[in-house]
Amino acid sequence: MDEEYDVIVLGTGLKECILSGLLSVDGLKVLHMDRNDYYGGESTSLNLIQLWKRFRGDDKPPPHLGSSRDYNVDMIPKFMMANGTLVRVLIHTDVTKYLYFKAVDGSFVFNKGKVHKVPANDMEALKSPLMGIFEKRRARKFFIYVQDYDESDPKTHEGLDLTRVTTRELIAKYGLDDNTVDFIGHAIALHRDDRYLNEPALDTVKRMKLYSESLARFQGGSPYIYPLYGLGELPQGFARLSAVYGGTYMLNKPECKVEFDEEGKVVGVTSEGETAKCKKVVCDPSYLPNKVRKVGRVARAIAIMSHPIPNTNDSHSAQVILPQKQLGRKSDMYLFCCSYSHNVAPKGKFIAFVSAEAETDNPQSELKPGIDLLGPVDEIFYDIYDRYEPVNEPTLDNCFISTSYDATTHFESTVLDVLNMYTLITGKVLDLSVDLSAASAAEE
Amino acid sequence: MAATAGHNNLNAKLVLLGDMGAGKSSLVLRFVKGQFLEFQESTIGAAFFSQTLAVNDATVKFEIWDTAGQERYHSLAPMYYRGAAAAIIVYDITNADSFTRAKKWVQELQKQGNPNMVVALAGNKADLEDKRKVTAEEARVYAEENGLFFMETSAKTAANVNDVFYEIAKRLPRAQPAQKPAGMVLVDRPAEGSRAASCCS
Ligand SMILES: Cc1cc2nc3c(=O)[nH]c(=O)nc-3n(C[C@H](O)[C@H](O)[C@H](O)COP(=O)(O)OP(=O)(O)OC[C@H]3O[C@@H](n4cnc5c(N)ncnc54)[C@H](O)[C@@H]3O)c2cc1C
Ligand SMILES: Nc1nc2c(ncn2[C@@H]2O[C@H](COP(=O)(O)OP(=O)(O)OP(=O)(O)O)[C@@H](O)[C@H]2O)c(=O)[nH]1
Ligand SMILES: [Mg+2]
Repeated sequence: MDEEYDVIVLGTGLKECILSGLLSVDGLKVLHMDRNDYYGGESTSLNLIQLWKRFRGDDKPPPHLGSSRDYNVDMIPKFMMANGTLVRVLIHTDVTKYLYFKAVDGSFVFNKGKVHKVPANDMEALKSPLMGIFEKRRARKFFIYVQDYDESDPKTHEGLDLTRVTTRELIAKYGLDDNTVDFIGHAIALHRDDRYLNEPALDTVKRMKLYSESLARFQGGSPYIYPLYGLGELPQGFARLSAVYGGTYMLNKPECKVEFDEEGKVVGVTSEGETAKCKKVVCDPSYLPNKVRKVGRVARAIAIMSHPIPNTNDSHSAQVILPQKQLGRKSDMYLFCCSYSHNVAPKGKFIAFVSAEAETDNPQSELKPGIDLLGPVDEIFYDIYDRYEPVNEPTLDNCFISTSYDATTHFESTVLDVLNMYTLITGKVLDLSVDLSAASAAEE
Repeated sequence: MAATAGHNNLNAKLVLLGDMGAGKSSLVLRFVKGQFLEFQESTIGAAFFSQTLAVNDATVKFEIWDTAGQERYHSLAPMYYRGAAAAIIVYDITNADSFTRAKKWVQELQKQGNPNMVVALAGNKADLEDKRKVTAEEARVYAEENGLFFMETSAKTAANVNDVFYEIAKRLPRAQPAQKPAGMVLVDRPAEGSRAASCCS
C-alpha cells in the first residue's frame, strides 16, 4: 500500500471497472479497491442466499426454489443493444473473450392495456395488431424512410434537414397517429419521456436505425443480448482486463477514506491505517458522499417466477416497455425478464424486474401496473434506491465520480457516463470506431 | 460449457492457482512455448493462452487462464472459476508457505468450482532438490485424501510439465452431457470465429 499510483479506483461497479480497465491499458498505474468482498458494487449479481440476506434479513431461502448458486440476480438489470456502445467497448478492449452472450428472445411494448411485440421494420409494421390497416401503410412508409436514411447522402433525406425539423414535424409528414408515435418513440427509439417530439428528428431516426440494425444482427426476436450468468460478469471481465494490464485488486477493504491536501486536491486513500498515494481518484458516489447530490430515486421490484411474463410468446428473456403516456406517468416503466436460458436461475425459474424512476412518495405502489403483468410470482422483493450525481469540480480536486445507475433497462447512459469520465481523466477521446458491420458472433 | 465436445475435439478451460512466485506462469510458458525464463516477471500482460493436445482418440484444446495477479490480495473474481473444466494448483517445493496456500486453494475450489472439475496439484521447482521444504510424500498423501492427482514438476528442466497437461486431458470427462445452454462469444470479424487464441498485449 505504500506505493504511489496514478489512479486509485474505489468500487467495482461496472462503470468503475470499465474505467479501471481502460486506464490500465493506457499504461497508468492503477489500484482498485472495494469495501465489499465481492465484485460489482451496486451492479453485482446475487445468488439466492445473498438475495435473502439483503432483502429478508437472516431468513433462509425456501428449498423449493433450488440451489442458491444457480441464481445470478442482477441488482441493476439491463440489456445490451447488440450494436450499442457497450458492445463496442467490449470489442475494443477484447473483454468479449471472457464472456458468453445469448440473444434476448423478445421486445414488447404495452399499449392500451395489452402487451404487443414491437414491430421494428416495414414488414413487421404491416403485420402488427398495434395499428389499423391505413395506419399500417403510413407506418410502413415511415419505416422505409428511416431505413433508407443515410446522413451522408442527401438524396435519402427527401428534402428534410433533420437537424432542424423536429420529430413531431417529421412524424406529421407521415400522418401517424399518437398511438403509433408512442410506441415508435418509446419502444423503438427508446426515449424515456416525450421531450424528443420537440427536438431535432435526427436523434430519433438514428435511434430507430440502431434498433433495427441491432435486431438484424443476431436474428433473434429482439435487438438485445445478455451475458450468460448475468450482468455481474461484466465488471469482472473489465476488472480482469485491468489486472492483466497491471492493475492491482484489493477487495474487502474497509473504509477507503479519500485524503486531501490543504488545497482540496486528492492525495491518497486510507484503509486499515495504511495510505496509498495517488494523483487521481475514480469512484462511485458512495465513496465521496460529500461531493454528490441526490437527483432521484429508482423503484424496482424483483420477482422469482415459474413462468415467463404472460403474453410474451413464451419468451425466456424479454423486455416490455410501458410508455409513460399509457400509464399516465412522466417517465416510462420497464419490465425485464430473464431465466435459466441465460443461466441466471435453475431450470424452470424466471427472474422478472419492474423498474421505474420514482415519481411519488410511495414508489412501491407506482410499480403496480408493471407487476400486474407478471402473473403469479413465487417471491417478490422491493428495492428503492437514491440516484446521485457528482457536484464537484474534477479539475480542482482530481476526483472523478460516476453517476448512479438509472431506471432504464439498457446501458447507453451508463457507457456515455464512462466515456465522458474517461475524457475528463485522460484528456483523450476513446475511439470506438470498431467495424461493427463486419462484426458477428461465433457460436460456441 | 466446462468441457465442450464436438466430434473428437474438446474445448476445456483450465485455470492456474497458487502462491505468488510458485511458477504458474512458468509452467504455462513451458507447456505452450517450450520456454523458461530465469527471471519470469510477476504476471501482468499475457494471461490467456491456448494450446491443443492430442490424446488417444481426441484433441483437447486448452484455454488456459493465468491469474493476472488478482489472487494476490484475495480478490480473484468468481468469473475465473466459472465454467473451468480443470485446475492446476501450483506450489513451490522449496517454500512451505506456498504448500499451505495451495491447500487453501483446494478448499476454495471445492466451494466455487464445478464439482466435476479435474484438479491437479503440482509441486513445482523440483530441480531445486537441495532447497526442498515440502516432501513428495506429504503432498501425495494430501492429494490422495482430497481426490487430486499429484506430480512434482520443473518448469526449468521441463520435467513432468507436459505430463501434467496430458494427464488432465486424459481425465476430462469425454461425452459431457449438454449441461448448460452454450452462449456465443462476440468477435470483431465475420462468423466462423475461432476464439482468439493468443492474448491481449
Ligand atoms: C433497452 C434499451 C436499449 C438501448 N440500447 C441503445 C443502444 O445500444 N445504443 C443507443 O444509442 N441507444 C440505445 N438505447 C436508447 C438510449 O439508451 C437512449 O439514449 C436513452 O433512452 C436515453 O437516455 P440516456 O440516459 O442515455 O440519456 P438522455 O439524457 O436521454 O440522453 C442524453 C443525450 O445523449 C444522447 N445519446 C444517448 N445515447 C446515445 C448514443 N448511444 N449515441 C449518441 N448519443 C446518445 C441522447 O440522444 C441525448 O441527446 C436503448 C434504450 C433501451 C430502452
Ligand atoms: N528453479 C526453478 N525456478 C522456477 C521454476 N518455475 C518458476 N521458476 C522461477 O520462479 C519465479 C516465479 O515464477 P512465475 O512463473 O513468475 O510464478 P507465478 O506463480 O506465475 O507468480 P505470479 O505471477 O507472481 O503469481 C521466476 O523467477 C521463475 O523463473 C522451476 O521449475 N525451477
Ligand atoms: Mg504468474
